[in-house]
Parts: sequence; structure tokens; C-alpha cells
Amino acid sequence: MTATVIARRDDTAQVPSLPAPSKSSRHLSARPLGVGLVGLWLSVILLLPLAALTVTSFDDGWSGFWEAVTAPVALASLWVTVLVAVIVALLNAVMGTLIAWVLVRDDFRGKGVVNALIDLPFALPTIVASIVLLSLYGPSSPVRVHLNATRPGLVVALAFVTLPFVVRSVQPVLIEADREVEEAAASLGASSWSTFRRVVLPTLAPAVVSGTGLAFARAIGEYGSVVLIGGNIPRKTEVASQYIQQQIEMDRPTNAAAVSVALLTIAFLTLLALRVFASRSQRREEGEA
Amino acid sequence: MKTSTTARIGLRTVALGYLLLLLAVPIVLILWRTFSPGVGAFVASVRTPAAISALNLSLLIVAIVVPLNVGFGICTALALVRGRFRGRGLVQAVVDLPFAVSPIVVGVSLILLWGAGGWFGGVENLGVKVIFGLPGMVIATLFVTLPFVVREVEPVLHEIGIDQEQAAATLGASTWQTFWRITLPSIRWGLTYGVVLTIARGLGEFGAVIMVSSGFPGVSQTLTLLVHSRYIDDHNAYGSYAAATLLMGLAVVTLLLMTLLDRKRSTP
Amino acid sequence: MRRTRAVSLAGIASAAALILSSCGGGGSSDVVGAAAENAGARTTTLNLYAYAVPKPGFDKVIPAFQQTSAGKGVQFQQSYGASGDQSRKVAAGAPADFVNFSVEPDITRLVEAGLVDKNWNANKYKGIPFGSVVTMVVRKGNPKGIHDWDDLLKPGVEVVTPNPFSSGSAKWNLLAPYAAKSDGGKDPKAGLAFIDKLVTGHVKVQPKSGREATETFLQGTGDVLLSYENEALFAERKGDPVEHVTPPTTFKIENPTAVLKGSKNLEKAKAFNDFLFTPQAQELWAEAGFRPVDPTVANEFAAQFPQPEKLWTIADLGGWKTVDSTLFKKETGAIAVIYDKATT
Repeated sequence: MTATVIARRDDTAQVPSLPAPSKSSRHLSARPLGVGLVGLWLSVILLLPLAALTVTSFDDGWSGFWEAVTAPVALASLWVTVLVAVIVALLNAVMGTLIAWVLVRDDFRGKGVVNALIDLPFALPTIVASIVLLSLYGPSSPVRVHLNATRPGLVVALAFVTLPFVVRSVQPVLIEADREVEEAAASLGASSWSTFRRVVLPTLAPAVVSGTGLAFARAIGEYGSVVLIGGNIPRKTEVASQYIQQQIEMDRPTNAAAVSVALLTIAFLTLLALRVFASRSQRREEGEA
Repeated sequence: MKTSTTARIGLRTVALGYLLLLLAVPIVLILWRTFSPGVGAFVASVRTPAAISALNLSLLIVAIVVPLNVGFGICTALALVRGRFRGRGLVQAVVDLPFAVSPIVVGVSLILLWGAGGWFGGVENLGVKVIFGLPGMVIATLFVTLPFVVREVEPVLHEIGIDQEQAAATLGASTWQTFWRITLPSIRWGLTYGVVLTIARGLGEFGAVIMVSSGFPGVSQTLTLLVHSRYIDDHNAYGSYAAATLLMGLAVVTLLLMTLLDRKRSTP
Repeated sequence: MRRTRAVSLAGIASAAALILSSCGGGGSSDVVGAAAENAGARTTTLNLYAYAVPKPGFDKVIPAFQQTSAGKGVQFQQSYGASGDQSRKVAAGAPADFVNFSVEPDITRLVEAGLVDKNWNANKYKGIPFGSVVTMVVRKGNPKGIHDWDDLLKPGVEVVTPNPFSSGSAKWNLLAPYAAKSDGGKDPKAGLAFIDKLVTGHVKVQPKSGREATETFLQGTGDVLLSYENEALFAERKGDPVEHVTPPTTFKIENPTAVLKGSKNLEKAKAFNDFLFTPQAQELWAEAGFRPVDPTVANEFAAQFPQPEKLWTIADLGGWKTVDSTLFKKETGAIAVIYDKATT
């Protein structure tokens, strides 16, 4: 997804309401049948499966749910997942901003190609990412770097698939950033670093946070890219998605559903926090404007 | 702000170095490992009956998913932008759901809904196999690709507004004519971009499909499942690399289209 | 403008070429150079569901069957996976004609579900066309000096064995030391004590099938892999840097086959099942590394399959029904409880 989509998503949240349509015009309004059809579609494809999931997770009641989620190996898998995702998110926050900076403010031959390549992890199937990283950092590594079945291996795989999020989030903001304030700060004698820290970074902060949050949400649910390189070692490198799959294969759907709901909750809370942060910073911007 | 030359070169080196180690080198290595035994070996590996079936299946799933997503996606976008119903915020959030759900969780949810013991398990008695059949794989792919068309069409619809459509209506055009002649052409780049994203995501889906597919080579194995099965089940690392390279080729084509269309839709 | 148009045309052209090339015939064979299956010809297709590791054997036996008059025109869709998982899939409705599982209970499940005739094992080989023995696979050169069961308990030795709730291989792997230490089940306490020490202290990963366990081991995890002898031979023949050591006291692995009585191609499935017991097929199984049951063929290949000092069998422990319910039943089986406690 390009940054334009991410930026626009925040835009549409602030859409001023459209003028009321005149009764005589027959422009494409949402007719009840259309809305109903859409509702049915979304329900069957998205909502009902998740409802079945949630209900099944409570098949053994609240205590069963709690037990399933706090079983030592389940808890360990959630811990590994969140830990590795946080590391990857922070790594992306720094490197993503840096890369966005270089792509916007710097100029060199081949920049267009590099810019296009950033989107490659979006277009690449996750299992291909897994195989690709495994061939370089796995047991048959030509440079004798063996990261398979280690947590750093997980970090590398997740860093690969979440690369575009922060970069594409920060790029449009950097492009539109007002250089005048930076130049004013420079003319007043501020060093590059403090200009960056005091002028540029605050402008970028909402975009960085948004991209980082999306990267985190993506990382905690990731499966395809870690399935080959992770090694699936319980308590060490087994992530929540792998634990859930194992529970299904061991014929324990209730356990699988419970841990799935736990994982979903973490993701939802992250995205909710993002939305709250985004609207708050937007309000602050409008207040300053 | 003016960064000193050393700082600029330094930043550039770090950025490019990171991208090199993370993106470029692994991909180049796979390409080298795939093509060093010769292009013939690669072609032979992706033309085995199982590989061709896998490609056909992946393309078939995409061919079903894209029209459905286009149809319902445009309807949803229209409802969200033009609609006057309560709960628009909720629908927005629901459309965004697939981004927050792990593919494994998608698979588990579908098994719990459509599987033998699930809520809609009765469908199996009617002879329709959802889980372990093509419908299951299609529904799984629909789940994960649902947001793309909606998200790409929505902002365009919002931008173009209703003026042209109202004008057409006052000139006597029917709803269908208005849609076909006015709305559709104006959203075409956003729509195409959404379709390209859908295709990319659909071809690349792995986690959800591996849970709902019976994994029969030649019958219910998509290209992504083939990559996995060749590596794990067949111990065939080279075959795995070859299939992965094929998928990478498709990804690069998608990337090209994405870059082109991006330019088209930002310059009206 | 011209450049973008050229690039977009190139993109569309390559996509079109791809789609056109894909419209060739497909099939289930993943062997390079195999011809696409002629979908138009009148062929029977048999759906084969097997446990994780017998593919090397079927890769030899199926073409041989297709050369016989009974097997002419028969195509196979093959699915391999952890024995327990595969059995559950078939019980849940996956369309199978012929099954080959690692342990008998996975077939019994289908008998109880009404899918397999209860006389499936009435032939002279009790429905078992081939087998193996439990062996220990180590890194080339055997750096940790593993020769017998007690060596597995040496400090720091990590053992790779699959999850007994999904894998048949895992059950064999745990029965072997159990039988050795409990003297064929006469002293269950001693046997279980060993299993407890082994699983709690030395088993850190739970691959879901025998093949996945091999894969995990080959990728660098663990010092010893408990597995089928045929799987060890498979890895060694592929050139992987491993060797196998069969302890003097080990367990006889017997892998059953059966046909599904509701199969649309019952005759062909039965023909295939019967074919597996013929001397020709037995030789092919032996060549692929599986111990044949035909005594003449077994004699022929005696050099390849050394006889261990003491070979316990499932019959010595009272048969699968007893073993499964006392040792492996979820929540109550002795070994199941140990495994659960150690890994949850």
C-alpha cells in the first residue's frame, strides 16, 4: 500500500458531510438494497467467521478461555510474538524514517529503482520471503550466517515484510514538509541535528507512529515469512500463529480459538490506539493552524 | 535544512546498506541459485504437472476473487461515500479488519464456520465441500483481499464528488447509465490499482490457504503451497527456489503495474 | 510517455504469456519431465492418503503398478502428512480411496467411523506390507557418541522427535525406549521413568510429523533424531551429512494399509493394495529403504537391513488397542500425560 492510501485513510475520517441530496436528483446514492447487499457480503465473508471464532473460544467458559491463553507454551508464544514485533517495529521506525529521508531529500542514480523496490515486500508472497531469507541466512548460507531457528532470524524475516510501512507513511509527509521553517532554524544558527530533532521530527512523528503501529500489527500476525526460518521452537522461536496452527492440528479448536482471540485483541488495541493518536494529533494540527 | 555532505553520504550508505542486506542480497541469491544450473532446469522445474496445476489453481482463484471484489468493493465504496446510513464508521472499521487478522486466524475462523463441525457445517451434507475444497480457498482469499478495491476507490469517489452524476441525472440518464458512463470511468485508475493489489495479495496468500486446503499436489495446491511443500515434504530445495522465482516474477510484474498506475492516478 | 507505455505493454505481455502457458495440462506428478496427465483419456484416479514419509516408496511402487494390467490407466493423487492428522482428515470426510498410515490406531479410527471394512487386516500379513525399525540419526561422525538409549540422557543432548498427538512416528519413537527399559512392558514404571527423563529434559521441539522432524534436524536443531530407519536411509541417500545408529534393543515398526469401502474405485484400490504384497512390489519397497514383509525378499535384502539384537514388537506390549489406551490416550495415557506436562 502506498503512502497516499494511508494518508487518504486519515483524510476520509475527517470528511465534511456531503450536502443533502435534492429529492429530485437520482444520483448514485446508497439505496437500501445496495447497503443491505454490502452488509450481507461483509457479514458472510468477514464477520461470521470471526464470530464463530469468538464464540468457540468461549466453549469452555471464561475459565477455559483464560486457561488456554495462559498455558505456559501459549503464553510464551504470545510473548515471543510481541517481543519480536516490538523490536521490529522500533527497527522500522528508525530505518524507515532514515530510508524515507534518503529517498526524498537525497538524489542519486537509481533512486527511482530503489523507491519502487521498497514496495516489493508488499507484492511478494510471504512464503517466498521465507525461502529467500532462508537461502541466505539459513543452514545453506553462503556467508556462514546461520539465523534459522533463532530470534534474530525472526526479526530479519519480519523486518523484511514490514519494510514498506514506515517508509511509505513518512514519505508523503516529508515531501509536503515546509522547508521554510527548517531554513529559518538554520539561519538562526541551529545545527542540522537539532533542526532535525526540533523541527522535522515533530512533523514526521504522527506518520512514523502510524507506520510503526501498522508494522507492529502486521508483524504479530505474520506466519508465512517465519514458517521456514523460525524453526518453531516452543518458548524460543514459536510465534503465536504457529502455536495456533499446532493446536488446530492437535484437534484442540477451542484452544486455537482462544489464543486467536487474544492475538486479535492485541492487534485491535494497537490499531485503536493508532486511530486515537491520529485524530488527536490531527486536532492539534488544526488547533495550531 | 542543509545536511553536510558527509552526513548525506553517511545516511545514504546506511539506508542503501540496510536495503542491500535485507532485500537485494537475498533476492539475488535466490535468482542465482535458481538460474545457475541453467534456464532449462528452471523451466523444467516449473513445468512439472504439479507446478502447472498449482499455477492454474492460483490463477483460477484470482480470476474468481477479482470480479467479486470489484463488484462488492465498488458497492461498498459507494455506500461508504455516498451513503446516508447509520453505522458508517462501523463499516469502515469492518472493511479494515483483514489488515489486523493473522492469516492463520483467518484459516481457523473459516474452519470453525464452514468446517464439518462448524456453524455452516451442514453445507457438506448438500455435497458442497467448502473446507478442503475450492470454495474454502476462494473464501479465504476473499477475506484477505477484501479491503483493497474499497480502499482505493473510496478516496477517488470522495474527490470527484457528485456534480457530474447529478448533471447526468438531470439530463435524463438512468442510474445504470450514470454509473457506467460517468462514475466508472472516473474511478478507473483507483479501481485498477485496487485490482492489482488484490491480484498480488491473492497470488501470495499462504497462511490462510494452507489451513483450508487439502494440499493434494495437482488438485488443491496453489503456487505458494507448492513452494512450501517442495521444501518441507519433498526435500526439494531447488524446486522450491524455482517456484519461488516464478512467484517473484509475478510479484515484479505487479510492482511494475503498481508503479505505473500510481503515477497515472496521482496525475489526473 | 512512450517509455511508460512500453513498460506497461511489456507488463501486460508477460502476464498474458504466463496465462497462456499455464493453460497446458496439469497433473499431480512433481517429477521433472513427467508428461501432463491426459485429462481426456478414460482414467481412474485413486486418492492416496499416507503418513509423512513413505513417498520414496510410492514413487517406485506406483509406476510399477501402472505397468501391470490391473494398474493400467490408474492415476494417483497423493497426500502425505502426519499420520494422526491424515487419519483425522479422512475421518472428517476428505475423499480417500486408499490409506497407508504409520500406526494401526489411525486405521482403527476409520473402521470405527464406518469407512474401512473391519476385515481390512485379514490377509496373511495382517494388512501390513512393509515396515521399519526405530533408529537414531546423528550428525556425520557421531560427535556426541550416541549408541544406545542411555546416551540420549547424557547432559546437554537434545533429542528431536515429533509430537505423538499428531504423528505416528512419534509413537514408535517413544515405544522403542519404553519397551527397552521396561523389558517388553514387564516393568512399566522403569519404562515410564526413562520416558519422563527423556521428554522432560531432552526434547525441546515438537515437529508435527516424522518428515518435519527430519527437516528440523537437518536445519541444525538437536543432536539426535529419533526416526524410521527408512527415513534415515532417505536422508543419507540424498547426501545429507547424517548417519544412523540403531541401538541393540529397538522396536519393530509396522505400517498398515487399507482401502476405503465407500471408494468409487474400490476394485482398483483393492488391486493396488494387493499389489503391494507381491514380490515385485516388496523388492521395490526394500530398494526404497523399507523393510519388506515377504520372507524371501527380506532374505535377499538382509545385508541392507541388519537385524538388531532384540526387536520388540507391538504384540509384545499387548497390541495397539491396549498400548494406545494405556499410554497414548489424550489426558489419561501415561506417555501422553508426561508429554503434555513437559511441553505445555
